[in-house]
Amino acid sequence: MRWHVHKDVQAGLVIALIGSGFAARSAHYRIGTLLEMGPGYFPAALGIVFALVGIAIAIQGYVKSSVELRERRLPEWRAWLLIIAAVVAFIVVGERLGLAAAAFSIVFISAFADRKNTWRSATVLAVVMVVVSTLVFWWGLKLQFPLWQWGDA
Amino acid sequence: MIWQSLTDLWFGFGVALTPHNLMWSFFGVLIGNLVGVLPGMGVLSAIAMLLPLTYTMHAVPAILMLAGIFYGSQYGGAIGAILLNLPSHPPHAVTCLDGYPLTRQGKAGTALGVTMLASFFAASFGITVMILASPLLVEVAYKFGPAEIFAIMLLGLIAGSTMTRDSALKGIAMTTFGLMLGTVGTDVNSGVERFTLGFDQLSDKIELVALAMGLFGIADFLRNVNRIHIVGSESKVRFKDMRPSRAELKQAFPAMLRGTLVGTLFGAMPGTGSTITTFIAYALERKISRTPERFGHGAIEGVAGPEAAAHSKTQIDFIPTMSMGIPGDPVMALILGALLIQGIQPGPAMITEHADLFWGLIASFWIGNVLLMILNVPLIGIWVRLLQVPYRLLFPSALLLIAIGVYSTNNSLFDVGEVLVFGIAGALLMAYNFPIATVLLGYVLGPLVEENFRRALLLSNGSLNVFIDSPISLFIMTACMLLIVGQMFFALRGKLKGRRELALPRDMGAGEPGT
Repeated sequence: MRWHVHKDVQAGLVIALIGSGFAARSAHYRIGTLLEMGPGYFPAALGIVFALVGIAIAIQGYVKSSVELRERRLPEWRAWLLIIAAVVAFIVVGERLGLAAAAFSIVFISAFADRKNTWRSATVLAVVMVVVSTLVFWWGLKLQFPLWQWGDA
Repeated sequence: MIWQSLTDLWFGFGVALTPHNLMWSFFGVLIGNLVGVLPGMGVLSAIAMLLPLTYTMHAVPAILMLAGIFYGSQYGGAIGAILLNLPSHPPHAVTCLDGYPLTRQGKAGTALGVTMLASFFAASFGITVMILASPLLVEVAYKFGPAEIFAIMLLGLIAGSTMTRDSALKGIAMTTFGLMLGTVGTDVNSGVERFTLGFDQLSDKIELVALAMGLFGIADFLRNVNRIHIVGSESKVRFKDMRPSRAELKQAFPAMLRGTLVGTLFGAMPGTGSTITTFIAYALERKISRTPERFGHGAIEGVAGPEAAAHSKTQIDFIPTMSMGIPGDPVMALILGALLIQGIQPGPAMITEHADLFWGLIASFWIGNVLLMILNVPLIGIWVRLLQVPYRLLFPSALLLIAIGVYSTNNSLFDVGEVLVFGIAGALLMAYNFPIATVLLGYVLGPLVEENFRRALLLSNGSLNVFIDSPISLFIMTACMLLIVGQMFFALRGKLKGRRELALPRDMGAGEPGT
C-alpha cells in the first residue's frame, strides 16, 4: 500500500515549520516588551500565530483524511519548468543582451509550455512580441532598459 | 450637508470631465473590460500590470484609470460567463449557472441586456450611498485613535480571511502569511532590517507589483497551462437582441433590487469578497423564488441578482478605502497601494485635502459606467471574437508584459526574480486549495497594523486594556469575537448537517482574483 498523507496535513506541517522559523528569526531583532516593543515583537507574534494555524490545519486534515478529493489531473511539471526557465532567461539575457533578446527568450521558451505550440508558432509569436514591446515600451513609454547591448553594462 | 455633498459632486464632475482625466478613465474602462473578457486574467493582474504606468502620472488620472479597470472588468467577466460558460472570474461564476442556459436558448442578448441594466442600476445606487455615507464616516473616522484603527483593521482581516468559500483556517493562514511578508524590509521605528536574507533590494520592502503579479499572473499561468485551450465558440449578439421584453424586465427588476441591497450590505462589511456576495445573492433569489426549479435552466433573476450585487459591492467597497484608509478586499488593497505610492494617505483627511481626487473619482464612476454601457454595445462583437484567441498564444505574451511591467517599477531585474518566486509560491498554495487573494490584503495592511498596534500600546503604557477601554474599539473587538465564534458555530453545524445546499464548483479555472 502506498503511504499517503492528506494534502492539508502536508501543508499544515510546512506552515508550522515556516512559522516557527520566522518566529525564531524574529528573536534576533530584539523582541522587547509590550510597553517598549522592539522590531522583533510583531513578527514573532505573527510567526507564532502562523505556526499554530498550521498545526490546526494539519489536525483538521488528519481528521477528515478519509474523504479527500484527489486531484485527477497530473501536475504539469514540464510546463512549470519551462515557464520558470523563461522568466529566469528574461533576467539573465536581459542583464547581458538587453530588452529585445530578453523579450524573445521569455516568449519563445514559455510558448513551449503549451504542448500545442510548434517551433514555428513559438518563433512567430516571439518575434511579434519583440516588435510590440520595442514599439510600446522602449520607444513609446521610454522604458529605461537598453534595447540591445553586449556583455555587462 | 446634502447640499455640501451635491456641490462637491458638481465640482467632481468638473474634475472628471476634463479631457485628460476623461481619456484615462476611458482607457481604464476599456482595458478593464478587455481583461475581464479574457479568460485567465483577473482584475488584480490587470491593475498590477498597469500600476507602473501610473507612477509618472498625476494622482487624479492615475486613480481614475485604476478604478475604471476595476469596474470595467466586472462587465467583461459577466460577458464571458454568459456567452461561453466561462467561470474564469470567480465572482461571475454564479452568473454561468443561468446565464449560459439563456445563451443556449438563444437569449444571450437578453441576458447581456439585463446584466447591463442591473450593473448600471446597482452601481448608481452604490455611488449614491457612497456620496451620502462618506462625509458621515469621515466624522466618525476623526474620532479614531490608533487603538480603534488597529481594531477595525483586525476586523477587516478576520472577516476577509474567514468569509471565503474554503476553510476559514486556511484563510487565516494566508492573511497571516501576507502580514509576515509585510514585515520584510526596514523597520520604520528602529531602522533594523528584517528578513532581507542579505538582499539589499529587500530593505525597501517587497515590491507590491511583484507580489500581486506573481500571485495572480504567473501563478495563474502555471495553474492553467495545458488546461485552458480555445475558449471561444461562435455566438452572434446584436444590439437589437439586447433589449429585454417587458415581461422579462418585470421578472428581473425585483431581483436587481434585492441583489443591489445584498451587495450594499456586504460591501459595507469589511473583508467580504465579491465571490461570496454573488453566491449569496444567487442563493437568495433561488430561495425566495416561487419557481426555484427554473434556476439553472435560464432564470433571468439568477443573472440579474448576482450581477447587481457584484456592482453595488464594487462601489461600496471604495467607502472604507477612501474615507478610512482601510481596504475591504485585495483589489482595494492594490488601489490603496497605488495611492500610497502617489504620496497620498487615504483617510479622513484625504477627502478634504484631496477633494479633487475624491469627488473626481466619484463622478468618474458615473461617467465610467455610462461609458461602459455605450462601449459594450458596439464592442460586444469584438469581445466575442477576442475570446477565440487561444490560451497558448495569450499566456506567453502576458508573461512578457508582466516581466516588463515589474521591471519598470524600479528598473530592476531583481523584482522580476521576486515575481517568479511569488508566482511559484502562489501556484503551490492554489494546488493545496489555499485562498491566496487574502495574502495581498495582509501585505498591504501589515505595516499599518503593526504601526497602530505599537502606537496604541505606547500611549497606554503597555496595557492591552486600551483595546477594550474605548466604546468604539470595544464594539469592534466584540464584532471580531462574534465573527470567529460564529464561524466556528457554522463550521460545526455544517459538519453535522452534511454538505451545504448550494454545491459550488471547486477549482474554477483561474485562481481567485478579487475573491
